[in-house]
Amino acid sequence: MLRHMPVTAMIGLLLTVLFLFCAVFAPWIAPYSMAEVVGNPWEPRSAEALLGTDNIGRDLLSRLIYGARTTITIAALATILAFSLGSVLGILAAVLGGWADQLMSRGVDLLMSIPTLIFALLILSVMPSTIAVLVVVMGVLDSTRVYRLARAVAVDLNVQDFVEAARLRGEGRTWIIFREILPNALAPLIAELGLRFIFAVLFLSSLSFLGLGVQPPDADWGSLVRENRQGIVFGVPAALIPAAAIAALAISVNLVADWILKQKTDLKGGRSG
Amino acid sequence: MADQLLDIRNLKIEATLRPPGEKPHDVTIVEDINLSLPRGRVLGLIGESGAGKSTIGLSPAGYGRGGVRITGGEINVNGRNILELGASSMRALRGKEVCYVAQSAAAAFNPAHRIMDQVIEATLWHGLASRKQAEKRAVELFRKLGLPDPEHFGERYPHQVSGGQLQRAMTAMALCSEPDLIIFDEPTTALDVTTQMDVLAAIKEAIRDTGVSALYITHDLAVVAQVADEIMVLRHGKMVEHGETRQIIENPQQEYTQRLVSVRSIDHTAKSPGEPILTVNGITARYGKAGIGKPVLDDVSVAITPGQTLAVVGESGSGKSTLARVITGLLPPEKGNIQFDGRTLKAALKQRKKEDLRQLQMIYQMADVAMNPRHTVGTIIGRPLEFYFGLRGRKQRARVIELLEQIELGPEFHERYPAELSGGQKQRICIARALAADPKLIICDEVTSALDPLVADGILKLLLRLQEEHRVAYLFITHDLATVKAIADSIAVMYQGQVVRYGTRDEVLAPPFDDYTDLLLSSVPQMRVGWLEEAFSQRRMEAQGN
Amino acid sequence: MNSLIARLIAQRLALGISLLFAVSMLIFAGTQILPGDVAQSILGQGATPEALANIRRELGLDQPAWQRYLSWLGGILQGDLGTALSNNRDIAESLGRRVNNTLFLAFWTAVVAVPLAILLGLVAVRYQNRWPDRLISGSTLTAISLPEFFIGYLLIYFFAVQLNWFPSVASVHDRMNLGERLHAIALPAATLTLVILAHMMRMTRAAILNVMQSAYIETAELKGLRSLLIIWRHAFPNAVSPVVNVVMINLAFLVVGVVVVEVIFVYPGMGQYLIDHVSKRDIPVVQAVCLIFAAVYIGLNMIADLVSILSNPRLRHPK
Repeated sequence: MLRHMPVTAMIGLLLTVLFLFCAVFAPWIAPYSMAEVVGNPWEPRSAEALLGTDNIGRDLLSRLIYGARTTITIAALATILAFSLGSVLGILAAVLGGWADQLMSRGVDLLMSIPTLIFALLILSVMPSTIAVLVVVMGVLDSTRVYRLARAVAVDLNVQDFVEAARLRGEGRTWIIFREILPNALAPLIAELGLRFIFAVLFLSSLSFLGLGVQPPDADWGSLVRENRQGIVFGVPAALIPAAAIAALAISVNLVADWILKQKTDLKGGRSG
Repeated sequence: MADQLLDIRNLKIEATLRPPGEKPHDVTIVEDINLSLPRGRVLGLIGESGAGKSTIGLSPAGYGRGGVRITGGEINVNGRNILELGASSMRALRGKEVCYVAQSAAAAFNPAHRIMDQVIEATLWHGLASRKQAEKRAVELFRKLGLPDPEHFGERYPHQVSGGQLQRAMTAMALCSEPDLIIFDEPTTALDVTTQMDVLAAIKEAIRDTGVSALYITHDLAVVAQVADEIMVLRHGKMVEHGETRQIIENPQQEYTQRLVSVRSIDHTAKSPGEPILTVNGITARYGKAGIGKPVLDDVSVAITPGQTLAVVGESGSGKSTLARVITGLLPPEKGNIQFDGRTLKAALKQRKKEDLRQLQMIYQMADVAMNPRHTVGTIIGRPLEFYFGLRGRKQRARVIELLEQIELGPEFHERYPAELSGGQKQRICIARALAADPKLIICDEVTSALDPLVADGILKLLLRLQEEHRVAYLFITHDLATVKAIADSIAVMYQGQVVRYGTRDEVLAPPFDDYTDLLLSSVPQMRVGWLEEAFSQRRMEAQGN
Repeated sequence: MNSLIARLIAQRLALGISLLFAVSMLIFAGTQILPGDVAQSILGQGATPEALANIRRELGLDQPAWQRYLSWLGGILQGDLGTALSNNRDIAESLGRRVNNTLFLAFWTAVVAVPLAILLGLVAVRYQNRWPDRLISGSTLTAISLPEFFIGYLLIYFFAVQLNWFPSVASVHDRMNLGERLHAIALPAATLTLVILAHMMRMTRAAILNVMQSAYIETAELKGLRSLLIIWRHAFPNAVSPVVNVVMINLAFLVVGVVVVEVIFVYPGMGQYLIDHVSKRDIPVVQAVCLIFAAVYIGLNMIADLVSILSNPRLRHPK
């Protein structure tokens, strides 16, 4: 499978792995700790601070590496939550049908009629911005998108003749969901997983940038942009570096997801999947 | 040369395939085609799916669908090679000299515009007539093609008229600009059999009256025999045989053509009915709420004898497929009940016992969506064995291979996925899956209508053989009377939710007929020249006799 | 207009209004039912009991929730959005000018972005699978991965700080004329345009391609019609509804993007106002602004629905 990989997807995969490596081994590869002040505010690049210093003189590279850990962890947890919640409920709604489907689908319609960011801000105006709250808020709000997709795919599959054939055979719900529907719903859902993760990264970064996401002394990439944004006006590009890191991560994952999405048709039949 | 309207030499057509994950590559889909068509003649292009008949048919318009390119030879229309034409000369050719009638007029008409505007569009665009003249001509064509209220027919939108009417309107659209050549691409395939006959007759008359030449593309030899002066038989993009219609039908030279002509000539002796295995008693059913609107099934009663076949025949909307849904328990009826093997079946699927489900199996029309694409053939056939008989492991495998043998497939199919099978093989796997449950009755819902004639014949023969060996009864649902004659012991003719004629095969197919059965029987194209005219003059005589 | 369409439109409007009511309930409930004492969380742990009692009374926390909801909703229906906790000012009054500013920004963004996106979408369709299409598809893949603040600060860094063409802070005030205002919002509008352009272009491309693959387009080609005429007469009438849908979905994105962009450029709009008061935990303000955002969002989606009803020939010309 890797042999047919186009260059773009290869670069995407490489960068994604690099970011993951940073996140996992942050304490070992970061030159300094998160909070250590190593120089004056907004010093330019030097041998001591490879990417310069931040608004109070901490090493930007170290903070970026630790920030990768925070950003990726929270985004990944939120994505996992969104995914398990959304796909389980979505497929269940499609298979159960009737009032259970109606209840869940109308609830999701209601949640989706408020823009996600606005709804998150509403909740964060009364709840503290702890990591747990962020994960739950982001995960639950984003699960509505996964729910819609999972339900649409499952409803489509549920009326296929092969599922009807299984019903006529007398198969129970468990077989129908896990052996007939799920294997066929997996490809589109996996492609969606990448997109949801990107969304979570961007969403968390936006919240932190607005000062309502990760709170000091912790810092994710969005917080780093927020801390250093004043420098832009003085011509100090420190804020652009974490912003570029967010973009690079999102683009990399997107390239990989796009490649997987194109493989989908291949996965449909045959043994290559 | 001047009297040759169309002259195709050494035509070669290639297409670029882009399978995901692989490099795009070119394949030849049509090769070595030579044909010439004088003015006023109709050439039938016939072949199974993948024969390249549509691709060849569209080439005189210089048109190729999705990545298809004409890469060799020449196509002369009115004495000039159209492959050398520039874009604007090509546009001048299309819609003026060469017109096209698509298989699905419902999709080929733009839903946003009135029919009239679309019918006269090419005529106006090429500056062949004023709007007033064009509309007048269109109304005349509507009248000639037997459309209702021809003066005002064009004011309607495509979704406001029926499929058969749209197909005629599309023919009017092609005729309106008085072209030299019309390409008919399976124009009657999507229609019900009774509608097909009318449209076919209208097309034939219009061709004769206007003196236009035509390429008539179809997979149905009996249909093309009615309209074409000559026939070209195609297979895998190459010509098999080309000759006068009468010669092809009555005296085919090639073995492949002979098989095509003799298709559906399966015969078996109808058995007389005995004590039934399944009795349907006074079933009334409808979708949606009880008591509202017209029921889809209205007081339907039929019975099936063990080891025999009951064919349920009807056109779309007759309720024949709904009957299958009621018998399987997918749609509980409002009234009536079903006796199976001496006991009354529960109305709803969920209340039925596993044993009832096992003994009553079903085969679907579209084999490729009736199998889970993620399961291997081994799982597909093995699951009923495990589910009903608890057969696992090596025993299950041995039984699956035995079943594969019965459907004339080798053990190597055990590991394959549905995507790796041909259409006929898929349907065989579905038959094996039904057989695995060792049922007493199999419901066959249009099981051959999505298949090419020769493949369908193979499936019918297989079903007949399996019936002999296993004494299984079939409820055979179909719109195709030729299939019915081949396989049925008893027949029920359905029309608008009711059984209008019911009895043994020989009773049902012998006169005196009721009106609907008569219409149905007389509408099935027969494989001989001149059938269409005879059928119509017969109808006219009957109408006068009344 | 026939009775069928009238009925469908009435249904859609009724649905929109009832959705809006449900959303108002959800917004209200979202700030009430959450665990913990709201008053405590507003004032922090060190608050005196008197201050707590005061704020409870002000929030009406001594009344049952449904009563508070009804009086809140009643006020909104009469144009009274309540009073801000943080500065005791009337919310409707403080919002008035800010709503105008936000609409001004969104409007000019839409004026630039919508035609540009549709045009580029058409170019992508026209040159399908050739380099212009690939360039557009590739850049959209990149653009949807970029956070708003990356684009925003990049523009500030180059066009405000390095080149000094535009101000880095988009402040507007009453004495400015239209030209000055447009100059002030140039960078935020450019940021927003870049944020939604890619998405809108990609969706427009998909919507038009879908129409172009219909059999009736083939019919038109086989009539020998010129390609521009085919697009104009046969593709366009059927593409209106999906394209309007795309535009509306993206204007809804725009509404959300505005919040972050206003903060980047310190633009005195509704988004900035919302963020300020979320950090101050000023619940009445947050509720009011959220409701306005949700109403705009629902309204845009409703317009898309209505256009698709009105442009459907099956509904316009029933059997």
